Order: sequence, then structure tokens, then C-alpha cells
Amino acid sequence: MNLISMEGITKTFGSVVANKNINFQVKYGEIHALLGENGAGKSTLVNMLSGIYTPDSGSIFVRGNEVRLTSPRASIDAGIGMIHQHFKLVDVMSAKENINLGQKNGFFIRDDILTKKILEFSNRYKLDIIPDKKVYEMSVGEKQTLEISKVLYRGANILILDEPTAVLTPQETKKLFSIMNKMKEEGCAVIFITHKMNEVMAVSDRITVLRKGETVKTVKTIDTNTKELAELMVGHPVDLAIRRDKVSKGKVLLEVKNLLAENEEKVEVLKNVNFTVEAGEILGVAGVAGSGQKELCETITGLYPVKQGDIFFKGEKLVGMSPRQIITRGISMSFIPEDRLGMGLVASMDMVDNLILKDYQNQKGFLINRKPAVKKAKNIIKELDISTPGVNNPIRELSGGNIQKVLLGRELGSNPELLITAYPVRGLDINVSYKIYDLINEEKKKGVAILFIGEDLDVLLELCDRIMVLCDGEITGILDAKKATKAKLGLLMAGEKNGKLGDAELD
Amino acid sequence: MIRMIKRGKMSKRKSVVIRLLAVIFALVIFAILIRVMDLNPLDVYVALVKGAFGSVYRIREVIIKSTALVITSLGIAIAFKMQFWNIGGEGQIFMGAFAASYIALNYPELPKPLLLTLMIIAGMIGGGLWALIPAFFKAQWKTNETIMTLMMNYIALKWVMYLQYGPWKDPMALGFPKIANFSANAILPKVFGIHIGWIFALLLVVLVSVFFNHSKKGYEITVLGESENTALYAGIDIKKTILVAMFISGALCGLTGMIQASALNNTLSIDVSGGLGFTAIITTWLAFLKPFFILIVSILFAALLQGGSFIQTAFGIPQAAAELLQGMILFFVLASEFFIRYKLVMNRHQVANEKKGDN
Repeated sequence: MNLISMEGITKTFGSVVANKNINFQVKYGEIHALLGENGAGKSTLVNMLSGIYTPDSGSIFVRGNEVRLTSPRASIDAGIGMIHQHFKLVDVMSAKENINLGQKNGFFIRDDILTKKILEFSNRYKLDIIPDKKVYEMSVGEKQTLEISKVLYRGANILILDEPTAVLTPQETKKLFSIMNKMKEEGCAVIFITHKMNEVMAVSDRITVLRKGETVKTVKTIDTNTKELAELMVGHPVDLAIRRDKVSKGKVLLEVKNLLAENEEKVEVLKNVNFTVEAGEILGVAGVAGSGQKELCETITGLYPVKQGDIFFKGEKLVGMSPRQIITRGISMSFIPEDRLGMGLVASMDMVDNLILKDYQNQKGFLINRKPAVKKAKNIIKELDISTPGVNNPIRELSGGNIQKVLLGRELGSNPELLITAYPVRGLDINVSYKIYDLINEEKKKGVAILFIGEDLDVLLELCDRIMVLCDGEITGILDAKKATKAKLGLLMAGEKNGKLGDAELD
Repeated sequence: MIRMIKRGKMSKRKSVVIRLLAVIFALVIFAILIRVMDLNPLDVYVALVKGAFGSVYRIREVIIKSTALVITSLGIAIAFKMQFWNIGGEGQIFMGAFAASYIALNYPELPKPLLLTLMIIAGMIGGGLWALIPAFFKAQWKTNETIMTLMMNYIALKWVMYLQYGPWKDPMALGFPKIANFSANAILPKVFGIHIGWIFALLLVVLVSVFFNHSKKGYEITVLGESENTALYAGIDIKKTILVAMFISGALCGLTGMIQASALNNTLSIDVSGGLGFTAIITTWLAFLKPFFILIVSILFAALLQGGSFIQTAFGIPQAAAELLQGMILFFVLASEFFIRYKLVMNRHQVANEKKGDN
């Protein structure tokens, strides 16, 4: 018996067909993973279940009855609850107040009864909720559990999780999975959206793969493997191994010493950071989102003020230099920021104008000569296989992968000695991601020192030579990638200092 | 129920058609208004065109009006390109006119070319410095430039009013509050019967176009306007760029002030601007900040102003009613942006939806 059945769903946005004749069934008591690359239509599909979009055609059945989910309210009434990637909680309120928000249960609430009810409920699903804890005191994992409780408390028995693990440490992920399994035992259905195949294999019962807005196949997890899933997602066989080339290490190129930085509220965002990167080495940086990765990249490139400490590039002191000075002094450093269109590139400008962004200042005189950049643009299009109507189209018209290639093309084209990349494959499909890993490896072979901020621990473990873990602006450990494990990294990400890991280090 | 759906990319041609339709709608709505006033809309519109282009004199008037609009709009476009909302064109025009007048009134006997050159320089510096004040505050403390430039308009206006009624009042004017007329040397010469400002305007269209598309500063301004983070990343000196761009923006408005004072009013007065600084915001916006479009839109708008004042006298329509037409055109064109971004569709499952969704 199907709890949810979506039949022949089509949804278009302008000329883009986001979902095309999709069929999708979820049974009672199963964890159903929705797998697909970015832009495959996963979010569109579940947004139609949660009442944010309405389908252009097709029908949705819940427990055998056809429903029209025209608003989030209608969706909640149908027992469907969605956990968004970005939490929707009130920071200054406690867990129970957040759970109770928007509930229709009279004007006055007996506090003790509410607490009791929530505790009962928390025990049933093994959620470990502390009813009086304020949201701002919670870790990301706790917030997510609270979001789930909020939805369950409202009587949802169909739970949709949109990329829930992106912000979690491996340990928190494990906990989330156990909650999902508990729900399954209670007869609820869980729809789990992700593009991480390891997680799908670990937790789901069935998997539906979407590609380019269409259902490719629904398979039982026990009957498949990651290789097959990757093939279904991409549409052709893919090699999932990332190479780690052996390059003899060179001299230290970047040295960061006792680096301290504060944000505008005078909160320390980098605390006494010390590390070095050598030529021909990839130093990975792991950490839960917001642990100081952004600030680290930006202090090195001169974009973020340094409170204390030193940064040396080939012995030259960088602290105190503006980005312009760093560029004009000929310090060959490339930075691929996390926010591609908001920092690395100008969305409304064409490729040519974006390519001159960092070197137009080196031209003499009042005017800019764009001819060399046009030639460069054409070369980059050819070399990196960028699909674009031409060099004069605004780059926001390109797909995410092509935009990232433009940025990479510009930054690598300047032949850097130090390359800083922040989440270079975020939001990109498998093919482009692997192309980018290859490009990074190419740079490493040329003897470039690379600082690689990543989020997927599997990738960090395979690609990098050493992995540095940041937690709350502090380095909690720097491990040799060959000896590191996900469990170890997870502990460090959660703030356990290296010293306490003495034993784990050995195995 | 009607739903709105975001459109994909729209072809240039289609978006132009939508905007033209918006203008036509504005004309249709205004026609109803004319009808309410017991006049024949067709007659009024024909008279509007005649009033703007019906005689050599009227064409000259249109060119004179568009000259001021073009130069001011170009100035405003430079600030807008940086997403610095310079609503202070009016004040910058006043301060430009004031600085030019200071030269004209104090050195009336200088040789004509020298005097006019000095007046132009003074006018541009006057407007530029006035614009530099909000730019400085924005660069240093991130103050809101919209409010600040808007308020500074009134300071400039009252300053000129003070001069006109106070220290600069012409003692020869028999107590009438006016500033003395400029000497003949301080008045811009005419080319083809129209003051030389129109040549300045054409030159500036080309110059600003080159500035936007080929100069380093123009590039920096565009990058900064798109994203401050990108500007920082690219090593652009953000504060300096804001100051330079606003100085140029104010300088062009100041030049308009100098031209208006010298060629049209032959003196400084509170009528020197007549709302140009505000009208230019409309033309700049309608022209998408593109210099050549500014030229075209300014001419059309000047024709609308000239034709508007003609129908006032020809049909006895109040001035306010004629101005309504301008407002309507702007309103419709801005509203049409919505239709460029979204399209409306009728919801097929309507009835069933509402029954289930609302309860």
C-alpha cells in the first residue's frame, strides 16, 4: 500500500521543465531516498508535496485519496512535514516554545503539561529534546532534531528531509539516521533528499533516481551499489575514484602564524591558527559549516582584517596588504571563493569582462584593452569545455558548472603558486566535480601549494595530502590524509582536541 | 484564481514591445481622463505632437529642454551604475549654477572664452563638491545616500533663495527679489539658433559611453555596483571609486546648472532647475542607464514637456493634468517590469483547489 503516490507530475518554470511526467511512490514504514544531481528536479518535486509549488499537471494521492496541496497548510493537514535545509526556528525561544508555535490549542498553555507532553513524545522517538533549552544555545544537530520534532508533533507521518546532512558532523549524521529508523519503525515514511551516495546506501530502503527532471528508476537499496547509482544519476558510466598523485614536496610557500581575527561583533572567528602549506601539496580543510573557513581564506587574501599574527608567502609578510597591493606586488595567489557570483565573478557581465577582473589594473592608461581577454576567453572555453553561446553573454545565463569553470579558468590562468579554493564543487554535478578534482591535481603536479576547503569528507580523504580540521575558529588537528578516518575527523570537527585522540591516532 | 509564474529569459524584442505597450496603456488611460474633461483625446494628442514639433521655434525649445535632460541624466546614470541612488541632481544643478554665477557676477569683464571656461569649470566643481558630501558619508559610514542626497536638494534650493532675496539681490531691480543679469560675456553663444549646450550634450553622450564601456574607472564603477564583495576581491579601492564617481556625477549636474543659468536665465534664480534633477531620474531609469538611450528618451521626454505646456494653453487643461501624463508613463513602464519578469496563468484546478486549500 502506498502512503504517497505522485503520478504523471509535470512542472515547468518559464521554458525550463523542472519535472516531466514523474511517478513516485512511497510506502508505509520506509525510508525512500530521492537521488539526483543538482538541477535534476528533486527539490521541485518535494516542494510540490509540501505545498510550496502546485503541479502543472498530474495527481498526488495520500493514503489513496487524491489531494490538492495548494498551500503549506494543506500539506501539513495531509500529514506531510518538510525539514528545509535552512532551519526555521526562533532563536530566542526554547525548544518547547518553538514546538508549540502556530499550534491551535487555546489561548493559555499550561507550561508543565506542555513540558510533559513534549518529553513523552521525545522519548517515543528517542529525540532527546530538552524542552527548556533555548535555540541559540543549541548545536546544529540539536536544531535539526528540534525541527523534526516540530513537524512530528504536528502529527506529520510523512517526513521530507532536504539535504539534511550537509551541515552535520559524521556523528550527528549517525544520530539523525537512528531517528529516521525509529520513525520507520513507527510506521511513518521518510523521504530523504541527497546527492551523497554513501548516505543513501547506509540508510534508505528504496531509492528513486531523477535525472534532468525525469524519473530514471526506482530501485531497492539492497539490490544496488554506488557505482550503479552514479551511472543512473549521470546517464553513463563514471569512475568514482579520485587520484592522489605523488608529488615530491617542495619548500614551504604559505606560513600562517598565531593568526587571530575578529568579526564585527568582536567575536573571535579565528583563534591562534598555525599551519603551513608546501609546494606540491594539497592541504584540505574540514569542519562544520561556519567554523572559520571563510575567514581563513579571506584573511590570507587580504579581504578580512587580521587582529594579530602573521601570514607569510614565500617569506613575504602579507598581513596589512590590501587585495590590490597583493595583486600589484605580483604575489601569485589565486582564490576561488565559496560565493562564486557574489565575490569571484560579476553575474551581469560577460566572460571577457569577468576575465579582466583581476588584471585590468596592470594595463597602462585610462582605457582597458579587451582584445587579449577575448582571446583568453576563447581558449578557456576550449580547454575547459565550457558550454556558452558566446564570450559576450552575461555569465549568469550559464549553468553553475560552467560558471565555476570560468572562475577556475581565470584563476588558474594566472599561473598561481598558491591556490585557495573554497567548496569548489558545491552544487556541481559529478562530471564537473571530477573535472575540477583533476584540474586541482594538475596544479599540484606543477608544484602549486593548494588550500582546499571541502565539505565531503570522502573527497577530502581521497584528494588531499593532509587534512586540517577547524572547529569554532580553532585548529583541532592536522592529520595525514592516508592515516585519517572519517570517525577521527568527525571527533575533531566536534571539537575534541588532538591530544585526547592519542590512542585513535595509532590505529 | 490567477497565478504568477517566473519567466525564463525574454528576448530583447519582446521586452521592448512590453514597454511600448506600457506607454500606449498610459496614453489610453490619460485619454479617458481627457474625455472626462470633455475634450477629444485624439485632438489633444495631435496637438501634443504639434506643440512639440510643429514649428522651428518649438523644435528649438524641445532641443533646449532635452539638452539639460541629457546632461543631467548622464550624470545621474554614472551614480546609478554604481547603485548609488543619487536623488540629488536638483541640488547639484543649483550648486553648479551658484558657483558659475559667482564667477559671472564677480568677473563680468573677462574676455568671453575665458569667462565661459571659468564658469564651466566652476559649475562642474560646484556640483561635484556638493555631490561629494553624501559620497563621503556613504564611503566612510555607509549612510543612506538616497535620503541624504534628497535632503541636500532643499539645502541647495534654500541657499540660492537666500542669495536671491538677500546678499545677491540686485539693488537696481527696484526692490524686486532678483539677482543681477550676467554680462554679455557670461552668456553661452548660439549655434544654429540654439545655445551651444546641445553640442556639449552630444559630446558627453559619446564620452560617457566610452567611459562606461572602455575605461578602467567605468569598469570599476560597474563592478562595485554589482557587488561590493567582488569589488573588494578584485582589489578595487571602494572608497575612492565612490568619491570619484559621485564627483563626476555631480559635476555633470553642475554643468547643467551652469548652462541653465548662463544660456536661459542669464542669471541665478530659484527657477534655474525647475525640477530637472527629478525628471532626469525618470529618463535615466527609462533608458536603462545607457547613454545613447538617454539621448533618445530625453528628446521624447522633452517633447512631452513642450507638447504638454502647449496643450495647457491650447485646450485650457491645467498644468497638473498635463503632468499627470508624465507620471502615468513612468508608472506604467515601471509596472511593466513585472510582466517582463513574470507571466500570469489561469489555474486550471481552481474550484477544487479552493475547496480543499482554504479550510
